[in-house]
Amino acid sequence: MDKYYIGVDIGSISTKAVVIDSNNNIIASEYIWTEGSPIEATKKVVKTLKNILEKKKIKCNIYGIGTTGSARNLIGTVLNANVVKNEITAHAIGTLSVYPDVKTILEIGGQDSKLIILKNGIVVDYAMNTLCAAGTGAFLSSQAKRLGVNIEDLGNIALMSKNPSKIAARCTVFAESDLVHKAQIGHKKEDLIAGICNSVVHNYLNNLAKGKKIEDRVVFQGGVSKNVGVVEAFKRVLKTEVYVDTSSHLMGALGVAIISKNANKNGSKLDFNFDIDNIEFKTVGSQCSGCSNNCEIVSVYKDGILIDKMGGRCDKGNSLRKTI
Amino acid sequence: MKKKKYIVSFPRLGNYVYPIYNMLDRLVDHSMVDIMFPKSMSKNTIELGSNVSPDFVCLPFKYNMGNFIEVLENGANFLIQAGGGCRYGYYAEVQEQILRDLGYDFTYVSLLEPEGINVKKLYEKVRLLNLNLSFAKFAKEVILAIKAIELLDKVETYIRDNYMYEIKKGEFDKIHKDFIKNVSNISFIQDLIKLKKNVYKRLKLVKLLDKQSSKHIIKVGIIGELYTSMEPFSTFYLEKELASLGVKVKRYTTVTYLLFKKGKSIKKHIKYANKYIDYALGADGTESIAHTLELIEKGYDGIIHIKPFGCTPEINAIPILQKIAQENEIPIMYLTFDSQTSQTGIKTRLEAFYDMLVMKKNMKMETKCIEIGSKENRLNYDKQKYGFQN
Repeated sequence: MDKYYIGVDIGSISTKAVVIDSNNNIIASEYIWTEGSPIEATKKVVKTLKNILEKKKIKCNIYGIGTTGSARNLIGTVLNANVVKNEITAHAIGTLSVYPDVKTILEIGGQDSKLIILKNGIVVDYAMNTLCAAGTGAFLSSQAKRLGVNIEDLGNIALMSKNPSKIAARCTVFAESDLVHKAQIGHKKEDLIAGICNSVVHNYLNNLAKGKKIEDRVVFQGGVSKNVGVVEAFKRVLKTEVYVDTSSHLMGALGVAIISKNANKNGSKLDFNFDIDNIEFKTVGSQCSGCSNNCEIVSVYKDGILIDKMGGRCDKGNSLRKTI
Repeated sequence: MKKKKYIVSFPRLGNYVYPIYNMLDRLVDHSMVDIMFPKSMSKNTIELGSNVSPDFVCLPFKYNMGNFIEVLENGANFLIQAGGGCRYGYYAEVQEQILRDLGYDFTYVSLLEPEGINVKKLYEKVRLLNLNLSFAKFAKEVILAIKAIELLDKVETYIRDNYMYEIKKGEFDKIHKDFIKNVSNISFIQDLIKLKKNVYKRLKLVKLLDKQSSKHIIKVGIIGELYTSMEPFSTFYLEKELASLGVKVKRYTTVTYLLFKKGKSIKKHIKYANKYIDYALGADGTESIAHTLELIEKGYDGIIHIKPFGCTPEINAIPILQKIAQENEIPIMYLTFDSQTSQTGIKTRLEAFYDMLVMKKNMKMETKCIEIGSKENRLNYDKQKYGFQN
């Protein structure tokens, strides 16, 4: 019987999930907005995966479940995953399975951006933005709203511009004041939008790529890679081809599915039920009073039974045995 | 009228609070002075501190302020600050002013002079707390404290070096805990010598893995600014986090180093790193460069550079470090800490850094020692999740 593996990437903005077979082919995939409730989003994607598999008449035996993304620990508990992995490793593994010769991965997501440098198929260096969300998807979507444009159309509008406005790249606040100012003195909308796309690229390169060599082949992924304006700006600035895979948004999920496959060495089937829609997962927040850190503890209940606690700095708060 | 009793306190820095507390306790005249042990670091400390500090001042300032407010609220009325290099040199004055503006009433003493340590002035300052203090007694207690700090650094370095090889987990933690308790309780140099013998005997008894057969252990060096290096709370226990992933950690910066080696070694460092630097970068910047080169020479797998947000000497060092990283093909991760840094973010980065080093090492050794996503990794994750005692 064929073995299948599930990878779920729960980001701040979107939730991605894939089912792969043992040759790393994507059998089913889904991509939806997280909308602030990772558990609900996970339920939805799992349901869709089930429907797709049923339509394809695949009887699915799950041998691995991996979670990644910022809600990976929570969803790891909910799905009882056998692997919980950070998104940097997951993205690298996923991309390598599609482009074995990749040397640079540019990734811009909803709230963070990453640069991963690879050599002979292994990660040798990476950078991730700290302290600031400038130049990420969140910036683009707030500016799209300000200009009254759909985020999906941003890229195509940018391509129409012949003379992009110069928008400060250092900081979102400066970029925004540049944008408002230039709009008020009569810059065209497409020029402004092209300017924003350029500013995202410059911000990214200034922040993350300092002192790092960007070499072919360059693969661009994350939600922002769907924006052709940003893709073109990268090509122009880096003076090289930038590859965007049609399933570029799924690379994290794909990667963690592959990792879960590798992790399940003895090859035992996992007890996984696609019908998690009927199961009630509840999270309860509380404050641990064990010391003056007052850690915020999140307790996860499955049908009323406590299955995990997380968020504490020590095991005082996280322990399932003791009540706090 | 009866004179008000002084209640003395001071800001925290790692485990150094214990020998410092012991020294003060032995120096002062207890009929007129009490010593208050500063509260443990917590989120509350940094919240209090950031509320009253200038936003762009660096992290140590904010932690110090938090420490001060916590002890002042508890009744302390005599504060001691160290003073010293870079912007830190001006902390004492600014902190005193802010606290006075907040309406606290206290005596404030900064131990070091801008030009460095002045023993005579230091003695005068300590005499405020004990009018009958003889210079001989003062000298004896200060030397005792310095020796205690030296021992503390030696023991902690030994534990850091061997933590990874411990077979029965928790033995080192226990020895360390007992040692800390004892080091805050010594009266004579003989006590210290006895303690040293005792602790080394216990340390040597800890069963370790054969170092030859554990070649695959990942080694990471920590370089950067001194406060974040020495106060584990400010970096969310970075070293312990790494140790829990199975990484051997090396760190140069200790109080012993700052007191005795730093001054002498700057020239040596510049000479050693002359391919990259011609002159000192200020504060700990020069060391960051020289130590990075040393770590590369010693075959370390990766380096983590830490600093508080806005630390100028370390920002100066970064472009040079980037060049070194590129030329020597060694990954350096830069972490910046501020009052709002998320612990999850740090964990994610450390985990990814670790995965990367494992992949690199496996490739280099052409053996698969630890596979990404293996059970071991999952176990490590569990260990992280369910925590370990800090």
